[in-house]
Amino acid sequence: MTLKRAAAITGISEMKPTRSPDGKSTLGIWADVSRKAILDAGLAIGDIDGFLIGQPITEQAQMWPSILGEYLGINPRYGNVVDLGGASAAGMVWRAAAAIDAGLARAVLCVTGEASDVETFYTPRPRRQTQQLPYREYEVPYGPMGVNSGYALIAQRHMHEYGTTSRQLAKIGVDQRTNACANPDALFYGKPLTVDDVLASPLVVDPLHLLEIVRPCTGGAALVVVAPDMANESPNAPVWLLGAGESSRGMMLSQMDSITTSPITEAAPKAFAMAGVSHKEIDLISVYDCYTITVLITLEDAGFCAKGKGGPFVEEHDFTYRGDLPLNTHGGQLSFGQPGLAGGMSHVTEAVRQLQSRAGERQVKGCEVAFVNGNGGIMSEQVSLVLGVS
Amino acid sequence: MTQMTAYEKPLPAPSEVSAPFWDGLKAGELRLQRCGDCERHVFYPRTMCPHCLSERLEWVTVSGRGRVYSYTIVRRAMNPAFSEDVPYVFAIVELDEGPRVTTNVVNCTLEAVRVDMPVKAAYDNVTPEIALLKFEPA
Repeated sequence: MTLKRAAAITGISEMKPTRSPDGKSTLGIWADVSRKAILDAGLAIGDIDGFLIGQPITEQAQMWPSILGEYLGINPRYGNVVDLGGASAAGMVWRAAAAIDAGLARAVLCVTGEASDVETFYTPRPRRQTQQLPYREYEVPYGPMGVNSGYALIAQRHMHEYGTTSRQLAKIGVDQRTNACANPDALFYGKPLTVDDVLASPLVVDPLHLLEIVRPCTGGAALVVVAPDMANESPNAPVWLLGAGESSRGMMLSQMDSITTSPITEAAPKAFAMAGVSHKEIDLISVYDCYTITVLITLEDAGFCAKGKGGPFVEEHDFTYRGDLPLNTHGGQLSFGQPGLAGGMSHVTEAVRQLQSRAGERQVKGCEVAFVNGNGGIMSEQVSLVLGVS
Repeated sequence: MTQMTAYEKPLPAPSEVSAPFWDGLKAGELRLQRCGDCERHVFYPRTMCPHCLSERLEWVTVSGRGRVYSYTIVRRAMNPAFSEDVPYVFAIVELDEGPRVTTNVVNCTLEAVRVDMPVKAAYDNVTPEIALLKFEPA
């Protein structure tokens, strides 16, 4: 099966991330970004007939498609919650295209985001254990620091196997910060950073420093995926799905064959093959970056460099919007902020913006094809996309 | 390492399937499931072998020896119950029998911990009912 050009993204909307909810609710944020994305796509409320929604991290409820549909006044004929963690947004894009390809819907609204309080996120009250999930039985008693400690274990092992250095990892965050300084919506706009700044920030979970770790915040994003005939009537240049691949593995690092190689090795080749595009044709890399090590492993496993050579590759390339290999031009989540699953969607919305030449000061010249990767859990769920305007 | 005050950290809730593992730790030995068909050791305890779907899992006592596969030093507690413990070592140990386990490396300095370091099981009786599987330098 191919989904190449089965559907296109025509409208996007993204809230400027904030450090605290400031009175906003998750549902209110969803409604706001949904409305703006529908209008951006040049559609009316009655045109939307499908919903894909990302499960909020801090707000648990069931039947989100009904809740959002009621609020917006839309009765979808296709609706799901997509539960792939940070890969959910990228996963929604191909699921929407597949639903459209199957005739289940014509215009699918994909929504993520939440009202998340950073202080609350970092100081959760110990919760009573009521579910016998393996990670609660075999990991939580040993004191993991959320997922931070998991990515630290990955970084430590990568350093051991391949000689990767903290200086190389830090450079990823620094280039992304340069990009964020050209993005007024970024949480860390106007705050340039050097490699020495990153290395001088406190070690939180060795070998990861504070400035290599994503900042959870409040925000939201939505996008509209439509059928080809609707795409051709869009006010914006349609951003076509050219290729998609997905691959997941277990949740606990202890259960994985290798923690330094991810399922991106399966997802990315599928996306490139479906698109019929080579790495050299990629004008923008927009990939999940909850930590610096996430980006480095993604570059290796997606085939932009050989396995284990991510460190030298990072040193050799300029990832800024004016560089030889523009990467996470919105700043990445490390500098843009991580508003729940909308952090994952930010990589899609930025690719759409760049491909539609709507990225302002940070516009990449001649941006026609983008590679997007979503990552969920601790390098568990992986979704790779190739998007293009031609 | 036994606490004099009430133990406030999260505890495992052993199930019918996992009870032999936790009972073993309490008795000071490491018990794993081993598949009667593909002969591989299995961790964590399951009702079926994740390598071959066999239900012929039997409990065996293993060496408790292994090597550090990876580790980190947690310097800030996310769960306040661990705030008096920071900094501490959170690690994955690869057992000589194959499976990897999430654990803490204890009874050594933070600086002494290395990837590939040989370790052996250290049973930490955190409550009268529960012992956790930790590791120390071999």
